[in-house]
Amino acid sequence: MIWLTWRQFRLQALAVYGLLGVLAVVLVLAGKPVPGDVPLTSTDDLLYRGGFVVMYVLPTVIGVFWGAPLVARELEAGTHRLAWNQTVTRTRWLGTKLAAGVLAAALAAGVLSLAITWWSGSVDSAVTGSGTFSVRLSPVVFGARGVAPVGYAVFAFVLGVVLGILLRRTVVAMAATLAVFAAVQLAVPFVARPYVLPATEETVVITASNLGRMGLTDKGEFELLTVTGPAGAWMLSNETVDGAGQVVKPPSWLAECVPPPGRSAHRPMPARECFAKLAGDGYRQRIVYQPADRFWPLQGMETAVHLTLAALLAALGLRWVRTRLS
Amino acid sequence: MTAALGARALGKRYGRNWALTGCTLDIPAGHVVGLVGPNGAGKSTLLNLAAGMLTPTTGTIEVCGGTPGSGRAQLAKVAFVAQETPVYPGLTVAEHLRLGARLNPGWDDALARDRVAGLGLDPRRRAGKLSGGQRAQLALTMAIAKRPELLLLDEPVAALDPLARREFLADLMEIVAEHGVSVVLSSHLVADLERVCDHLVVLVAGEVRLDGEVDEILATHHRLTGPRREVSTLPAHQHVVSASHTDRQTTVLVRTEAPILDPQWTVGDLDLEDLVLAYLSGAAEPGRRPALEVLR
Repeated sequence: MIWLTWRQFRLQALAVYGLLGVLAVVLVLAGKPVPGDVPLTSTDDLLYRGGFVVMYVLPTVIGVFWGAPLVARELEAGTHRLAWNQTVTRTRWLGTKLAAGVLAAALAAGVLSLAITWWSGSVDSAVTGSGTFSVRLSPVVFGARGVAPVGYAVFAFVLGVVLGILLRRTVVAMAATLAVFAAVQLAVPFVARPYVLPATEETVVITASNLGRMGLTDKGEFELLTVTGPAGAWMLSNETVDGAGQVVKPPSWLAECVPPPGRSAHRPMPARECFAKLAGDGYRQRIVYQPADRFWPLQGMETAVHLTLAALLAALGLRWVRTRLS
Repeated sequence: MTAALGARALGKRYGRNWALTGCTLDIPAGHVVGLVGPNGAGKSTLLNLAAGMLTPTTGTIEVCGGTPGSGRAQLAKVAFVAQETPVYPGLTVAEHLRLGARLNPGWDDALARDRVAGLGLDPRRRAGKLSGGQRAQLALTMAIAKRPELLLLDEPVAALDPLARREFLADLMEIVAEHGVSVVLSSHLVADLERVCDHLVVLVAGEVRLDGEVDEILATHHRLTGPRREVSTLPAHQHVVSASHTDRQTTVLVRTEAPILDPQWTVGDLDLEDLVLAYLSGAAEPGRRPALEVLR
């Protein structure tokens, strides 16, 4: 069974591993970027951004091109009737294929994440959240670092296999895998990840030193005012409140402190008295965030959740192969 | 020796349609059984049930003493070649044999290689490039080399030209004689089966119409021709399979174990094809369905 699994899977496996190998060589040859939260060279910038793209594309490719066709292609061509009439139970047939695919997916995602996490380490460790780069905990960076991609890849693979069993058509299963996996990838960072661990809530005085961004409309009213949180924190909410704790817009007189008045400005430095008056009037900034040290606990949890989902789907797939298919 | 195939009130429904209903069969081991019926009669369904590819909606089926597809031991006993004779298009002929050798403990590699060589198949050729007939031969080779107790073949000769068909059936006979394997093969052509089968099952519209050994079937069916008369006037032990009338003459096909004594009848010759066709056409006339009965 292992021989057959390898024989049927080797092309897809070699294609993905070949590309990963090329990518790893490119990263090593390019070398790590200059440490610090400073602008990257154009090559490094391309590699930094490309790293995200590849890291998010890989689990999708694994789900769509490894997972979905695994059983669907056999059902479509009728070759399952050949395979299932050898002296191998369907459970062992699918079990071997699932195990091989899961290992290959985990290894591919693990190696790629290791390479990208290593390469981007000098940038990630310097990012505090107030500069140009996003912190490790921010939605996009989080999913492209550490062990989480392993969970995504394994989940995507098993999802593809099970959708293939369910839908019995390769192309339909591929499309469904893409749609479902993309939906999960979008839902997790926005619906689940911020809330699995209770976020830290703080109300701070707005000062010149913690002021993040200010945005003004043409009429001179505030659209936006944020403060910077602790270094590396993932800001979930950043609102101005009045003395009664109600969410309000900052008073418009604050805009007069901002030169030049009446235009949106990025990171201006208003006068010290302005902030003293603001604090005196009871205005505070309420921030909700996940602190930087939550990175690894959240990574662990997200990986575990994806692996658990994959295990449940695999059990379902093994059951369906025994009972539902002909 | 246990029965090769035993079914009790077996039924299979797809959605709202019954592909097979109330199928009760007993096929002893060591026979070559022909499963005949028009397209859509439930032949494939019965074979798929026997191979464990399908699970019954009602009733039970036992093959070689076990539930089909119930485990490794059962899978080893039964070989099934599905109607479309599936092979992996991307794998070569040699790789198919390797697949068979790896997945079947009882694999007879010498037999497989001999057959492939005898058929003139290039082992390095991809199965996807083989002709329909060659694919069927490859699928059959894999089934035979597995050395099963029971070989289930769904329309095995459908993809073959007349010459290959004859050779294939001769081959099959050789294998049966050599290895003592039981065979159930389906076809909608009686002529194919007549040559090789010693047991016949006629399926029409999901029901078993006739089941018995070919010799017995031929011995108990008679074509009677005589002056015109109503079929209701025939003796009770004569089951009318089909009847046709002209102005002056009546021809009936009856099944009876008793001799034909009525001197008004001329008893005519009957071959298997006529007989099966009579069953198939008789089925089309409502109210004239012959009783479901095992003839043994």
